[in-house]
Amino acid sequence: MAEQPLLSVENLTVQFRGDAGWVNAVEGVDFSVGAGECLGIVGESGSGKSVSALSILKLHSQSNTRYASGAIRYGGRDLLTLPRRRLRQVRGREIAMIFQDPMSSLNPVLTIADQIMEPLRQHQGLSVQAARRQAIELLEMVRISDASRRIDDYPHRLSGGMRQRVMIAIAVACRPRLLIADEPTTALDVTIQSQILELLRELQREIGMSVILITHDLGVVAEFAQRVVVMYAGRVVESASVPALFERPMHPYTEGLIRAVPNLDEDVHRLATIPGSIPDPSMSIAGCRFSPRCREAVKSCLVEPPALVDAGAGHFARCPPRIAAGGIL
Amino acid sequence: MTEVVLATASTQVLAERRRFRVVRKLAAHRSFKIGLVLVTILLLCAIIGPMLTGIDPTAMSIRSRFKPPSARFPFGSDQYGRDILTRVLYGGRLSLSIGLSVALISGVFGALIGVTAGYFRALDPYVMRLMDALMAFPAILLAIGVGAALGAQASSIVVALAVAYVPRTARIVRASVLVIREMEYLQAARVSGAGDLHIIVKHVLPNCLGPLIVQLTFIFAYAILAEAALSFLGIGPPPPAPSWGNIIAEGRDYSVEAWWVMLFPGLAVSLAALGMNLLGDGLRDVLDPRLKIET
Amino acid sequence: MSAASIVVVRDLVKTFTARGALLRAVDGVSFDVRQGETLGLVGESGSGKSTTGRILVGLEAATTGSINLFGHEISSTRGKAALGAVRRRLQFVFQDPQNSLNPRMRAQDAIAEPLDVAGGWSRSARNDRVRELLEMVGLPSSCGDRFPHEFSGGQRQRIGIARALALKPEFVICDEPVSSLDVSMQAQIVNLLLDLQERLGLSYLFIAHDLAVVRSISARVAVMYAGGIVELAPKRELYTLPRHPYTQALLAAVPRITPNRARAAVITGELPSQIDIVPGCTFHPRCPFALERCRAEKPKLREIAPGHLAACHLHETPA
Repeated sequence: MAEQPLLSVENLTVQFRGDAGWVNAVEGVDFSVGAGECLGIVGESGSGKSVSALSILKLHSQSNTRYASGAIRYGGRDLLTLPRRRLRQVRGREIAMIFQDPMSSLNPVLTIADQIMEPLRQHQGLSVQAARRQAIELLEMVRISDASRRIDDYPHRLSGGMRQRVMIAIAVACRPRLLIADEPTTALDVTIQSQILELLRELQREIGMSVILITHDLGVVAEFAQRVVVMYAGRVVESASVPALFERPMHPYTEGLIRAVPNLDEDVHRLATIPGSIPDPSMSIAGCRFSPRCREAVKSCLVEPPALVDAGAGHFARCPPRIAAGGIL
Repeated sequence: MTEVVLATASTQVLAERRRFRVVRKLAAHRSFKIGLVLVTILLLCAIIGPMLTGIDPTAMSIRSRFKPPSARFPFGSDQYGRDILTRVLYGGRLSLSIGLSVALISGVFGALIGVTAGYFRALDPYVMRLMDALMAFPAILLAIGVGAALGAQASSIVVALAVAYVPRTARIVRASVLVIREMEYLQAARVSGAGDLHIIVKHVLPNCLGPLIVQLTFIFAYAILAEAALSFLGIGPPPPAPSWGNIIAEGRDYSVEAWWVMLFPGLAVSLAALGMNLLGDGLRDVLDPRLKIET
Repeated sequence: MSAASIVVVRDLVKTFTARGALLRAVDGVSFDVRQGETLGLVGESGSGKSTTGRILVGLEAATTGSINLFGHEISSTRGKAALGAVRRRLQFVFQDPQNSLNPRMRAQDAIAEPLDVAGGWSRSARNDRVRELLEMVGLPSSCGDRFPHEFSGGQRQRIGIARALALKPEFVICDEPVSSLDVSMQAQIVNLLLDLQERLGLSYLFIAHDLAVVRSISARVAVMYAGGIVELAPKRELYTLPRHPYTQALLAAVPRITPNRARAAVITGELPSQIDIVPGCTFHPRCPFALERCRAEKPKLREIAPGHLAACHLHETPA
């Protein structure tokens, strides 16, 4: 695939200021999204998936974060080094983001109309009437019934699912080329979740935008994304197309994670587990960060941090022993 | 079966023990350190200072009236020839103990009232309306009223100021209690059969302490300032016993010729209040980082 | 052959008044929990599942309804005061590992709290029991003197479970015990609960919104919607042959890992307002199979196949 990706994160290392100095939140992260594609970033807490996503639009607190290395290439430029004014033009207009908690993502003292119209007036310079008309169209696009009346509601009158739809409407207002969705359905009921995911799918087709979907839910990734990146303890551990990842996971963590998900369609005696727990970001572990929990760890795993190895056909995994053994141990 | 459970446990890594996390954070906080130094110096001066000077604060000497600061009278002397430095040191004892007493009394009563209002919701409206009524009075006026009723002595000032500040502490405690009562650990205690007293003593009060202590440091500072103001108005501890406030009051008439009489106790009051405020800021920032004001 | 029922709930109702309107959080719920067995209680937000659990343990008082615990009739409307002698035989595991432990209490004191409240435990007996409990939940006994912030979420949940087991209860209500945990930790805690059930002969009421987790631990499952139980069946039957349209929609909506699954129709609409009660079945506005009858008459939960109950007019006569 010689096509240029739309956005490409290269060797990103982000550090947070902790009690005892700077700590790596993510280290050496690489991933990219093509035009019109959906990339899923999957991981548990502490994996760094949200940190990576927030870094794309530099949404971290300025005083407590530093970008120790790496670049985020978009439109021929590095977003990390972009001056603030230029970055503000990218935010909302070309790259948009929606967040997890619909309760706190909308300003409770502004009407829906005000909040949707804000990006329209800012980026497209529309008049109030024109912006309002477009805002109503956007609400209809996200399947909110009775849009011309609801647009004057305040957020507290809407349910969680509807607020998320409004968030999506705000995000796609300027037809962005990339939408970053950070756990957009985690706080929603499963029936509402499927509605929202269906909506995102339709919008993706209609607008032709790419989506980076961050989630901890493997099922959501399997149904929604084309490619997926698995993160653990601040590093990318595996990257592949969705069918390849679920058919033949290469990294022991990915495999463990897939097996630990309770099966909806089968009865089991006990769930498969990954022993131990996720390391604290400030903990320094020699070698592979997953090795303390890995049933297949060998000597070399405990000594040198492994590199991301190409297993062919766009499938990468950070586990040299596995790949050397042909993916089956 | 148990082997699986235990095997899981043995590979669990407990977070490396970070002892005394709070103390280390405080040690790194600049405001806190400055405040702590100031308050410690003042406390030391107040406690042992008087013993070191060996001079009687009430000893008058007509020949030494209105002497400016010199080697013999480092802070100068007043209209009766009394050494201001010694008076400030003795005055510190009285003023600081008034501040401490006010803080502690308003803390204890505020906690009782706040817990009652926050925990027993049926009583809440009545208790808080009473507190609101108290708060409606400016503290100084209230103190004047109580002081006039009880007579002008240190103890009546303490009572007056404590009454004036109780609504503040009660509010803080009530706000904490309202949050804590929704916490699941409280419900877990209920499920285990714990009664209200057990829950209040073991769960509610310990978790209210943080914001309360921060508030008490500010009240300490207010009380010292208020005592100075009340003494200035003539409702403070009566002479000849020195307090910072009444030294300032006595020096009022001579503020132009003998500026040192008002200056040094005034500085003491300011430094005490400043020190306590900085201490309180540091405690607040460390205990509840969400409230931190970025410096 | 089913074991005896230790918990029998009939027609439990809980209403709140919110801004002058009546909100029916739990609207006529009936079920049994059998000895040594787990009943899963599944539903989305607003289904009333958590409220039901909390009423059973006395954290909330019902408006009407009967609860029979271990053969004793408990007045559901008096809240925890009614539990009396039965109190020690049931316990509760909470959802949020952040808030379920007092941040100022050491782990060993939190676990021993039920012992301290009950009284009559000597210092050494208390410490022994705490050590025993820590071991039972897979934590090293040396960690008893640590504070909650020194543990991870999964470890805190283990401490909460240890606390619940302190007085050797027979029936434990678990309210979303793994919902706040990472997937890898969920599996560990679910396994722990299963191990403890086997080892100690516990019965569980397992409340959750995650259908797959509920399947992994329950023997029978009840599905709740808008305050009522719409279906109750042994787990295999419920998951392979759901009869109620809501259960079917719920199962279809869960995203799965297995590829090439025919994407089922997405269910439309949202949870009904529980203040403006519509007559008839609570689900009919969203039901693809709604009949005229469904709009007018509320279906009762009745047995449509042996051991399988559903509240739906489509299944009037037993199969």
